[in-house]
Amino acid sequence: MKFFKFWLIGCLILLAAGCSRQSNRAKGVYMLLDTSGTYAVELNKARLIINYLLGTLQPGDTMAVGCIDTGSFSEKDIVAKVTFDDRPSVANNQKRAFIKKVSSFVRGVRQSRYTDISGGLLQAIEYLNESESGNKYILIFSDLQEELAQGYVRDVPFELSGFHVIALNVTKLRADNQDPKIYLARVEKWRKKAEKGGGTWRVINDLERLDRILAKG
Amino acid sequence: MTTTGFLPAITASPFLSTLIWIILILVAMYLARKPSHRCLVSFSLIIRNSMRLFAASVKLAEKRLNDRNRDVLLSAGQQHAERCVEREFERISTAVQRDLEGYPQVQRQLNENIVKLNEDHSQSAEIPQALPDWVKVIKAIASIRPASDPIVGNMLEDIHHTLSEQHIKTLEQQRVDASNRHAILDRMQPLLRGIKKTLGSLNKSLSDLNFRAKRIDRYMDNYEQIREQSDTAMRTLSSSSTTQFFISGAVLMIALGGAIINFNLIALPMSEMVGGASYIGPYKTSNIAGLVIICLEICTGIFLMESLRITRLFPIIGSMDDRMRMMLFWIALSLLAILAGVESALAFMRDRIAGDMEALRQSLAGVTPSPIASSIIPTVGQMVMGFILPFILTFVAIPLESFVASARTILGIITAWMLRSLAFVLRLIGQLGYYTGRLMINFYDLFIFPALWLEGVVTQGLSRTQTKDNETDKEKNIGPGTMPHAEPLAENKEMAK
Repeated sequence: MKFFKFWLIGCLILLAAGCSRQSNRAKGVYMLLDTSGTYAVELNKARLIINYLLGTLQPGDTMAVGCIDTGSFSEKDIVAKVTFDDRPSVANNQKRAFIKKVSSFVRGVRQSRYTDISGGLLQAIEYLNESESGNKYILIFSDLQEELAQGYVRDVPFELSGFHVIALNVTKLRADNQDPKIYLARVEKWRKKAEKGGGTWRVINDLERLDRILAKG
Repeated sequence: MTTTGFLPAITASPFLSTLIWIILILVAMYLARKPSHRCLVSFSLIIRNSMRLFAASVKLAEKRLNDRNRDVLLSAGQQHAERCVEREFERISTAVQRDLEGYPQVQRQLNENIVKLNEDHSQSAEIPQALPDWVKVIKAIASIRPASDPIVGNMLEDIHHTLSEQHIKTLEQQRVDASNRHAILDRMQPLLRGIKKTLGSLNKSLSDLNFRAKRIDRYMDNYEQIREQSDTAMRTLSSSSTTQFFISGAVLMIALGGAIINFNLIALPMSEMVGGASYIGPYKTSNIAGLVIICLEICTGIFLMESLRITRLFPIIGSMDDRMRMMLFWIALSLLAILAGVESALAFMRDRIAGDMEALRQSLAGVTPSPIASSIIPTVGQMVMGFILPFILTFVAIPLESFVASARTILGIITAWMLRSLAFVLRLIGQLGYYTGRLMINFYDLFIFPALWLEGVVTQGLSRTQTKDNETDKEKNIGPGTMPHAEPLAENKEMAK
């Protein structure tokens, strides 16, 4: 009888431990879309990436899309956000609604004069931390050329421990073509920022390799 | 102080130092020869004896295991033979009850038929009425030639006429009688056929009983052989057990395939019920829930088979009274039907969810949905499969019982074989240890052979100078110079004893 009691308690603890890992397995994806003048034309590609992500994410996962404009550290810059329901049928409907929102945003997007990537990153960190997802991904769909408006201070250290930062479709500017060192230095600057904050950094320019986005490491 | 390799140098010349060291080592080894030999002998004997002891205990364990295997095999065989005999007796009992219950009726029927036959026979034996005797007289008169007297002629004419009429009447009567006799004989034919049929069925029943009796005799012979624990019975049982093991294993593998298909049918819709984001350990809760449902179906199937006494995994169910057992059967069957219904519904839900997901994927990829996706055939197919599979899984109980029963024997045989091999290896290690010890002794002597050679030379010189001494002194001097391998062998034998 005593043995049975211990066994039962053990099973319950195991069950509780198993259930408690529910949130840790969920993925949280925050995608930042650059809407600055030179990059806004690329947004149709971003929609394809979002479609791919929606097809990949599972019930319980979180996804949000935010835009990078003059001042990106704001809830107003979140275009669409959702935490998918546990039930697959409900999650499917949520995905449909999400893609509608993103599509209407892409259609009516207005080009911004400045590019506040750091603000968007801070907003993404805040949102994903609140979502308590186990695996956090920040996707930056931008050329990584930051231009801050006067008065905006972004020398805040990023707390990126447990985050995977992935730069997507980092296009080369005219100056990069003339001097590739500029491009490399720009990418390197963001890599350092991400890794200094405790996160991982990757660049995926080939959109045929989207399956690597949510791969760890 | 310099060193020559790992030894400190004694002189300035390394060669000389090495030589001195070698001599010193040789002398030391020569002096320590006897204790070293004893030490090596003891060590090799320790290895050999301990390994032999270990091997003996392993052999003992193997023997016990073999005895146990034999008991298990015999017990299983005995149970099987008992079941066969029991079943055959039940069949005989049913056949006897069925046939003998109708025996009085058959007898009555036979009697009735025989009585009817007798009656018909006696009726058919009646001879048709013969012509009256006076007809002959009249015939004689009628045959007289008519004379010239017309009265006589008329009279004879009348007689002739009467006689002809009488003849016709009699002939008709004769025909009617013959026809009646034929009718009676016709009636006898079906009666005879009926009797033949009844006797034929009786004959069949009796030959069936005879056949079953012979079969029982054969079972009883087997049973007797098993009880006598004959080698033939053991071999037959062992071979049968191995065959059963592999056949039931193959069937279980097929059933496992069915269970996996079943699992895939219900795992996705279960996420709609228990949520698709929760985990128990590293596994999704929905997957575990699906697995639990399949396990429940298998358990219910096992209880169903137990309550029907097809399997005997749980003797307590088999020994229940019939009313309780049948109640358990109906409960298990109802639960199984409910689970099958649930699974069918889940299969339907799965089809809907999979369709919805596919539509979403296609819309995300910008593709228009294909018309074949709206076909009802896959849905119905999945539902039917979801309903049938639980019932099919019910039959897993039969191969499972065989597998469990035969696995006991097979595992026992394998373990016994492993123990036998282990005993052999242990004995081998013991012997190897023993002979390695002897080899080391020989190597030891080989290494110090200069000292031994010198000893021999000195001993021989001494023996030459003391030729005049008595034989006993000689023997004393030869003692330490004898061949080194003789001593350890003698000691080994002593210690081995």
